[in-house]
Amino acid sequence: MSRALGAVGPFLALVAASVFFATRSDRFLTGDNLSIVLQQVMVVGVIAIGETLVILTAGVDLSCGTVMALGAIVMTKLAAELGVSAPLAIAVGIGATTLFGLLNGLLVTRINLPPFIVTLGTLNIAFAITQLYSNAQTVTDLPEAMNALGGTFHVGGTTVVYGVVVMLALYALTAFVLRETAAGRHVYAVGNNPEAARLTGIATPRVILAVYVLAGVTYGIAALLSVARTGVGDPNAGQTENLDAITAVVLGGTSLFGGRGTVLGSLVGALIVGVFRNGLTLMGVSSVYQILITGILVILAVATDQLSRRGAR
Amino acid sequence: MATANATTVVMEARGLVKRYGHVTALDHSDFELRSGEILAVIGDNGAGKSTLIKALSGALAPDEGEIRLDGQVVHFRTPMDARRAGIETVYQDLAVAPALSIAENLFLGRELRRPGVLGSVFRMLDKKKMREDSTSHMRELRIEIGSMAQAVETLSGGQRQGVAVARSAAFARHVVIMDEPTAALGVKQSSMVLDLIRRVRDRGLSVVLISHDMPHVFEIADRIHVARLGKRIAILNPEKISMSDTVALMTGALTPDQVAPDALA
Repeated sequence: MSRALGAVGPFLALVAASVFFATRSDRFLTGDNLSIVLQQVMVVGVIAIGETLVILTAGVDLSCGTVMALGAIVMTKLAAELGVSAPLAIAVGIGATTLFGLLNGLLVTRINLPPFIVTLGTLNIAFAITQLYSNAQTVTDLPEAMNALGGTFHVGGTTVVYGVVVMLALYALTAFVLRETAAGRHVYAVGNNPEAARLTGIATPRVILAVYVLAGVTYGIAALLSVARTGVGDPNAGQTENLDAITAVVLGGTSLFGGRGTVLGSLVGALIVGVFRNGLTLMGVSSVYQILITGILVILAVATDQLSRRGAR
Repeated sequence: MATANATTVVMEARGLVKRYGHVTALDHSDFELRSGEILAVIGDNGAGKSTLIKALSGALAPDEGEIRLDGQVVHFRTPMDARRAGIETVYQDLAVAPALSIAENLFLGRELRRPGVLGSVFRMLDKKKMREDSTSHMRELRIEIGSMAQAVETLSGGQRQGVAVARSAAFARHVVIMDEPTAALGVKQSSMVLDLIRRVRDRGLSVVLISHDMPHVFEIADRIHVARLGKRIAILNPEKISMSDTVALMTGALTPDQVAPDALA
C-alpha cells in the first residue's frame, strides 16, 4: 500500500501543482510555457539521475552541481581558448566530472568515509579548481557545436530543445537498467541491506564505486546541457543544483536511507520544483518565496518517507 | 557404528585450529556431517561453534587442519567459494533485502537473464521465470505465500526466514548450514521453520543446525555435535541421552566418559 503510494504520490503532487497554477495563470498550460519548464529542468534533471543512483545505495552526493560546473569550465575553456575541437573538449569535460565521481567512489568504498563528508569535501575542491582554472571568469565565444543541444525543433507548434530529449532518453535508459537488469537490482539490494547483498555474493564496493562513477558521467552530460542552454561556461553555475538535485530525488519518493525509489520519480521531483518556480514566477511571487516553498516541500517529502517506513514495520 | 559404513560422509574436518592472538577459538576440532542428516552443533558461548561454522561456510580460513567435501580437500577463502562447492548458509540475521520482492531475494546475486538477444545484449532479467521458479521452490517446501512479487518486508518473521531457507535449499547441492534459524521467532513460527528444515533434509540435503534451543535440537536433530573449549568433545544420539545430560556435557559438568556408551553416536 505504502509502496504504491510512494510511486504515485509525487506524480499526484505534480498534477495538483499544475492544476493549481493553471487556475492562477492562463499562460501556465501553454505549450511554450511547458517547454520553458522543461528547459529549466533539464540540467538539474540530468544531475538528479546520477544523484538518484547514489542515494539508492544509501549514499548522497553533495558535490554534484559544483562538479558539473567544473566540467562546464573544462569543456568550454578547451574549446574556446585552446582551440580543441568541440567533441574532444566535451569528452574531456565529461572525463573530468567522471574522475570526480571516481574520487568520491574510491573515498567512500576504499577508505569507508561517509558519503556526506566525502562529497562535502569534493564540493569545495571542485569549486576551488573551477574558480582557479577559470580565473573566476565566464568563458564565452564558444564554437557553435558546443551549443548544438540547445537547438530546437517543433512538435505541433511547441518548441522542443534537443537537450530535453537527451534528458528524457537518459531517464528511460536508467529506468530500464534499474528495473530490468541484475546490475540495477543490485543497486537496490546494496542500498537496502548491504550485508545481505554481500552475503549473496554481490561485490558491494564495486556496485557503490560504479554508482559514483556513473553519477560523475551524468554531471558531465549535465554540464554540456548547461553550456548549450546558456551559451557560456559559468564558473558559478551549479551552486543551486547541488541541493536542487537532492531535492528532486527526495521529492520523487526515493528514500535517503537507500534501497527504495525510482529514477522516474526524480524526473517528477525535478518537474515539481520546476513547476513551482515557473508557476510562482507567473503569479508574480518573489523568488524568496519559491525557495521557502521548496524547503517546505522537501521536509514534507522526507517526513512522508519516514512515516510510511514506520508504518511498514 | 554399524550404520557408519552404510552412511556416506558429505563433509568432514580434521584438526581445525583457529587462533585470534592469544585466544584459540578452534583447538584441533573435528567435524563430520553425513549424507541426508540434520546435525545439530551445540556449545556454550566461546565453545568455538561459530568459528567452526565460519570455517565450514568459507567466512574464515582456519590456521591448521583440513576440510573435505565428498572426500576432496577444499580450501574456502570466501563464502562464495563454499557456495560454488554446493554449501549454502542461512545467516542468523535474516540476510534478506526487505524492500525487494521474494523472487528477487531468492535469486539475488544469481539472477536469471532472458534467453536470446534480450538477455545477452540488453542484460534483461527473466522476471517471469524467476517468479515461477520461486513459486515452485516455495511450494516444494510448503511455504504458503501468495505472490512472489510481494516485498519481503510485508512478510512475518517466520515467512522471511522461510525465504532465506528456501533460497539456500534451492541452490545448495550438498549442505545447508543454518545459524540459529529460530532465534528471532515465536513458538508457532519456530515450528514452521523446524518443519521446513526437515523437508530440506528429506530432499536429500545435509543440514548443519546451530542452535541454543535444546528442545528444538532434540526435536529435529539426527545427531548432536557438542563443542567445548574449541574441540568436539562428543557426538550424541538424541534418542539415547537426556536434555539435561547434554547440557551438562556442554558446560563441562559431565565428561563424555561419564555418559552411557550407546548415547554416543
